[in-house]
Amino acid sequence: MQFPVLSVIVLSPIIAGLLILLIPANRKTEIRMAALAAATLAMLLSAWVYFSYDVQQGGYQFIEHYTWLRQMGISYIVAVDGMNAPLVLLTGVVMFTGVLISWGLDDRPREFFAFLFILASGVFGVFVAQDLFMLFFFYEIAVFPMYLLISIWGWVQTREYAAMKLTLYLFIGSVVALIGGLAMYFEAGMVSFSMWDLARAGFSTEFQIFWFPFVFLGFAVLGGIFPFHNWSPDGHVAAPTAVSMFHAGVLMKLGAFAALRVGIMLLPEGAQFWKIGIMALALVNVVYGAFIAMVQTDFKYVIGFSSVSHMGLVMLGFSTLTPEGLTGAGLQMFSHGVMTALFFAVVGMVYDRAHTREINALGGFSKKMPWVAVAFIVGGLVSMGMPGLSGFVAEFPIFMGVWRVRPLVAIVAAISIVITASYIIRIIGRVFFGKMPEEFEHHIGDVTALDKLALVLLCAIMITIGVYPAIMAPMVSSGVESILRLLGGA
Amino acid sequence: MAPETLIWLLPLPPLLAFFLIVLFTNRRNALSHSIAVGAAFLSWLGSMVVFILALQKEHLGEHPFEAALNWLPVGEGWLKIGVLIDPLSAVALFFVAWTVLMIFIYSVGYHNFGQPKGDHDRKGLPPHGATLTDEHGHKHTVPSIEPMYARFFAFIGLFAFGMYTLVLSDNLLTMFVGWEIMGLCSYLLIGFWYGKVSARSAMIKAFITTRVGDMFMLLGIVWLYSATGTLSFRAILWDQKVLDGLVATDGWFGLSAAACIGILLFLGTVGKSAQFPLHVWLPDAMEGPTPVSAMIHAATMVSAGVYAVIRMFPLLSAGMEHGALTPPMLAMAGIGAFTALFAATIAVAQNDIKRVLAYSTISQLGFMIAALGIGGYVAATFHLVTHAFFKALLFLASGAVIHGVEHGVLHTGQHIDPQDMFNMGGLRKKMPITFITFTIGGLALAGFPFITAGFWSKDEILADAFAHAPLVFVVLALSALLTAFYTMRQIVLTFGGEPRTQAAEHAQEVRWTMWLPLAILAFFAVTLGWVGIPEALSGGLVPNWVHEFVGSSLPHHPETLEFNMIPLITSLVVALGGLGLGFWYYRRVGSAAADRFQVPLLKNKYYIDEIYDRFLVKPAYWLADRFTNQILDRGIIDGALHGIARVAGSVGGILREDFDKPVINGIIGDGTANLYRTLARWLRPLQTGRVQQYLLMGFVLAFTALFYYIYTLRP
Repeated sequence: MQFPVLSVIVLSPIIAGLLILLIPANRKTEIRMAALAAATLAMLLSAWVYFSYDVQQGGYQFIEHYTWLRQMGISYIVAVDGMNAPLVLLTGVVMFTGVLISWGLDDRPREFFAFLFILASGVFGVFVAQDLFMLFFFYEIAVFPMYLLISIWGWVQTREYAAMKLTLYLFIGSVVALIGGLAMYFEAGMVSFSMWDLARAGFSTEFQIFWFPFVFLGFAVLGGIFPFHNWSPDGHVAAPTAVSMFHAGVLMKLGAFAALRVGIMLLPEGAQFWKIGIMALALVNVVYGAFIAMVQTDFKYVIGFSSVSHMGLVMLGFSTLTPEGLTGAGLQMFSHGVMTALFFAVVGMVYDRAHTREINALGGFSKKMPWVAVAFIVGGLVSMGMPGLSGFVAEFPIFMGVWRVRPLVAIVAAISIVITASYIIRIIGRVFFGKMPEEFEHHIGDVTALDKLALVLLCAIMITIGVYPAIMAPMVSSGVESILRLLGGA
Repeated sequence: MAPETLIWLLPLPPLLAFFLIVLFTNRRNALSHSIAVGAAFLSWLGSMVVFILALQKEHLGEHPFEAALNWLPVGEGWLKIGVLIDPLSAVALFFVAWTVLMIFIYSVGYHNFGQPKGDHDRKGLPPHGATLTDEHGHKHTVPSIEPMYARFFAFIGLFAFGMYTLVLSDNLLTMFVGWEIMGLCSYLLIGFWYGKVSARSAMIKAFITTRVGDMFMLLGIVWLYSATGTLSFRAILWDQKVLDGLVATDGWFGLSAAACIGILLFLGTVGKSAQFPLHVWLPDAMEGPTPVSAMIHAATMVSAGVYAVIRMFPLLSAGMEHGALTPPMLAMAGIGAFTALFAATIAVAQNDIKRVLAYSTISQLGFMIAALGIGGYVAATFHLVTHAFFKALLFLASGAVIHGVEHGVLHTGQHIDPQDMFNMGGLRKKMPITFITFTIGGLALAGFPFITAGFWSKDEILADAFAHAPLVFVVLALSALLTAFYTMRQIVLTFGGEPRTQAAEHAQEVRWTMWLPLAILAFFAVTLGWVGIPEALSGGLVPNWVHEFVGSSLPHHPETLEFNMIPLITSLVVALGGLGLGFWYYRRVGSAAADRFQVPLLKNKYYIDEIYDRFLVKPAYWLADRFTNQILDRGIIDGALHGIARVAGSVGGILREDFDKPVINGIIGDGTANLYRTLARWLRPLQTGRVQQYLLMGFVLAFTALFYYIYTLRP
C-alpha cells in the first residue's frame, strides 16, 4: 500500500496539538520546539505532495479511500488535484511561518499552539476531502478553534465582539451550505456522500439552479463575499498575529475553495445560471474593499479590507467559468494567501514594538527594521499586481477571463489596481518611511532571526512564482480542465 | 555567440548589479559603483555589438532577430517572454545604452564620491556638507558624500534593467513587465531623499498618476489578447489579416476594436510620457537627484511611453484610408499638440532650472506624440532619439550647474536656493565646460538650424505636420518658438551677465566624472541630426539614413515626403526668432520681479494640481470614507447586522418574558406541576392508611361501577 501521506498531513497537526497539551505548561521552550517540529513536518510533507504531483497525468492523486458508515454512505476519501495541491502547500507554509513568528508569544503558548494545530488539521482536511460529509466535518473543526483563539489571545478591545461575529457568520454560512449539501445527498439517492459520486448524479437543471445559491453563498461567506464580508476585517484585526495569518491567508481560501468544490463543481448548471450574479457581488468586493482600505487609519484594518478586495478577485475569476479566469483564481488563492500572511506578520511585528496600529502615529520603521520594510514592499507590489511577482501572474489571467465574459466588469475591477496602489503606497510612505516619532526612536529594535526567516520564505515564494509561473500555473490549469469538463466544455 | 543569445543577456548585468549591491556590497561605496558602472558598460558594449549586427543585416525589417520562451500558461496558449531586434528597437537600444552609461558615470561624481562623510548627514536627506580643517587651521565646508551612495546605484541598475527589457521585448507582456519595473524604480528614486516631505509626496504622485495610465494599458493588453490570442508584436502588427480583423470587429462607442485598443494603449503612454492631463507627476519628479531626472526624462521612463506607441503604430493606424486619421491618431495628434504648447507656456514662467527642463520635456514629448498622430512614424522616432541625447545632456549639465552653485553655497555659507536661476548668472566664466555643453544641449532643444540634431528632427516633424495637418503645424510651430525662447532665457539667466549672488560668485567647475559624460552627450546632440537630413536638401550628398532604416520597421515602408520650403523656413524662423527674442529680453532682466512673464496663471501651472485635488482626490476620499466606509459598511451593513442581533436579542427577551415565563413556564412547566400538587392535595384525605376504609371505598366503587354498567349498557 502507498504511504498515506495526505492522512498524515491532515492528522499530524491535531495529534501534535494534543501531544503539546501533555507538556507541562511552564516548559515553554519545549512547547515551542514541539510546535515547530510539527509545523516543519506538515510543511515538508505538503511540499512533497506538491512537487510529486504528476501534472502530465492530472486528475486526482494520492487517493485514500476508506468506508466509514456504509449505511449512510459516508466514507473517508482524501485526494489532491491541480486545484487543491497548491492550497495544501499554502497551508503548510502559513502554519510553519505562523509558528515562527509566534515564537515570542508568552501567554499560555501550550494551549495556543494546540488550538492552532487543531485548526490546521481542519483546514488540511477541507482541502483534501472528497467526501461531502468529511468536508463539512473538517470545516467545523477549522472554524471552532478560531473562536477560542480570538477570544483568548486576541486584541483586548474587540476580541469578544469579533470572535462572536466571526463564529456566528461562519456557522450560519455552513448551516446554509449544509442544507444544500443534504439536498444534494437526498436528491441523488445514491446513499453516498462522495463528491465523485455526487458529480455523476445528474441533478436536474431546476434543482441545480435552486440549490446553487445556498451552497455557493454558504461557503463564500467564509471567502468574504459581499455583503457577508464584515466578519473578516473585524476578525482579522482582533486575532493575534499567527491567527490573522491563518485566518486571512488560509481560512478565506477555505471558503472560496469549498464554494468552488461543492458549489461550482457539483452544481455546474447552477453556476452557469448564477454566474453574472456572482460576478456582480465579486465586483463589489473588489472595488468596495479597496475603497474602504484606502481610508482606514488602522494598519491592520487596511490589510483586512485589502483581503476583502483581493478575495473578490478570486470569486470574480470563479464567476467567469473560463479557463483563464479559473486558473487565475486558483493562482490568486495561493498568491493572496502568501501575501496576506506576510502582511499580517508585518503588522504584528510593527504592533508588538510600537503598541499602536494607527498609521499616522507610526513612521520611519524602515530604519529600525529594514527586513520588515523590504518584505512589506515586496508584498505590497504583489498586491498591486506588479509583473515579476505572483500577484500579476494571478490577476492578469483573471482580468483576461473577465474580459471575455463582460468587458465592462473588467474595466470597473481595474479601478482597484489604482486604489490598491494608493493605499499600499500610503502605508509604505507613512509607516516605513516618514519621520519616526520621538518615543519610538530609542526603544524599538529589529525583529528576530526567526521572524526574518519567515519573511524571507514568504517573499521567496511570491518572487519564485512571479518570475517562473510554470512552477504552479500548469498544475492549476490541469485542475481547471477537470472543472471545465464538468461544465460541459463551456 | 548567436545574436539572439547576446540579446537575451543584454538586460541582465544591471539586474545582477542591483542584487549584488543590495545583498552584499551596500556598505562598500567604491565596489558598489564599480559593479553598477561595470554592468552598465557591459550592457552598453553588448548593445553596440547588437546595433552593429543589426546594421549589417540585410532586410532587418523583414527578418529581425527574435526569440521567445513560454512563460505563463493561459487557457490554451502560453504567454511568452521574448526578445526582438528590428530597426526600431535597434535605434532605441542605441540611445538607451549611451545615455544610461553616461548617467551612471556621471552619478559617481554627482554623489560626491571621494568626498568626506558629512557632519550631520542622515539617510533620506541630501548631503549637507562636511567641515574640513586644513594645515593652517582654517575651516572649510566642502560637499559631502551621499549617505545612501550604494543604494542609489542599486536602484538605477534596476531602472536600467527595466528599460532594456522594454526596448528588447518582442511582445506587449514583456514590455509591460519592463514598464512596471520602471514605474517602481521611478517611485523609489523620486523619493530617494524620502526625508523631505516634498519628495515623499512627489514619489506617491508619480506612482499613482502613471498607474492610472497603466490601468488603461493593461485593459488594452487584455482586450488585444482576447481578440487575437497573442501579444507578440510581429504576430499582430505585421499580419494584415489580424489588423483587418480588429478593424472589422466592433468595439465601443461606434469605434472599431482596433481603435479602442489603440486608445487604451495610448492612455498608458499618456501616463508614462506625462501628456496632458496626466502630466502633473513629471515636474514634481524633480525631487529626485539629478541623475534620476536624466534617467526619467531621457534614457528611460518617458521615452518608454513614446516608444510604446511608436511600436504599436501599425495597430494605431490600422484602418487608415486615404490619409484620414484613425481615432487613436486623432487623439494623439490632439493631445500631443496641445501638450506641446501647454507645457511650453508653463516653462516660460518657471525659475527652477530643473523645472524649466521638466516642462520642456513634456512639451517635446508632445511633439513626438503629435508627430505620430499625424503619421510621422520616422519623425517621431528620430525626435525620440535626438531628444534623449540632448535632454540627458541638459539635465546632467543642469545638475552640474546646481553642483557648482552648491559648492559656492557651502563655501560662502549663504543660504539660497541653488536651483533658482535668478540666484545664478555669470557662470560661463566659472564653469566653462558646463557652459559650452549646456549651450549645445539648449541649442539642440531650441532647434538651432543646420548644426544641431534637434533642428533636423523637429524639422521633420514640422514637415510632416505641414503636409498632413495644418492646424497641428501651426500649434507646433508656436510651441517651437516658445521652446527657443525659454531655452535662451535659461541660458542667459544661468550663464550670462554677472553673478547675482555670492554663491554664484564662488561656483566651481565640476570634476571629470561629471563633465566627460556631458562632452560625449554633446557630441551626439550635434552629430546625430546629420543622419536624417532630407535628401532633397542635401541634394543626395548624405543619404537620409534614418528614414531608410527606421522606416523599414514598418510592414509598409513610409513614403518620402515631397520637399517643401515652407516648413523648413518656419523651423528656421521660429528657432532663431525665439532664441533672439529670449536673448534680447533676458539680457536686461536681473531679478524675478523684473520678469514680465511671471504670470500667476503660468507660474501656478494653470492650477491643474489644485483642480485635481478639488475635483478628483477629495471626492474620491469622500466616496471611500464617508460613503463606502461609514455609511455603507459601518452604517448599513454592520447596522443591519447589529439590528438583527438586537432584534434577535429582543425577540429572545419577549419570548422569555411574554411567552416562555408565563405560557411555557406558567402553564406547561410550573402549571403541570402545580396541577398535580393541587390534585394531590385534594386526594390526600383519601389516603388515611386504614384498611377498613379502603375496603369500604372499594365496595362503594365496585357497586357504583356495577350499577352504572347495568343501567347504561344494557340494551
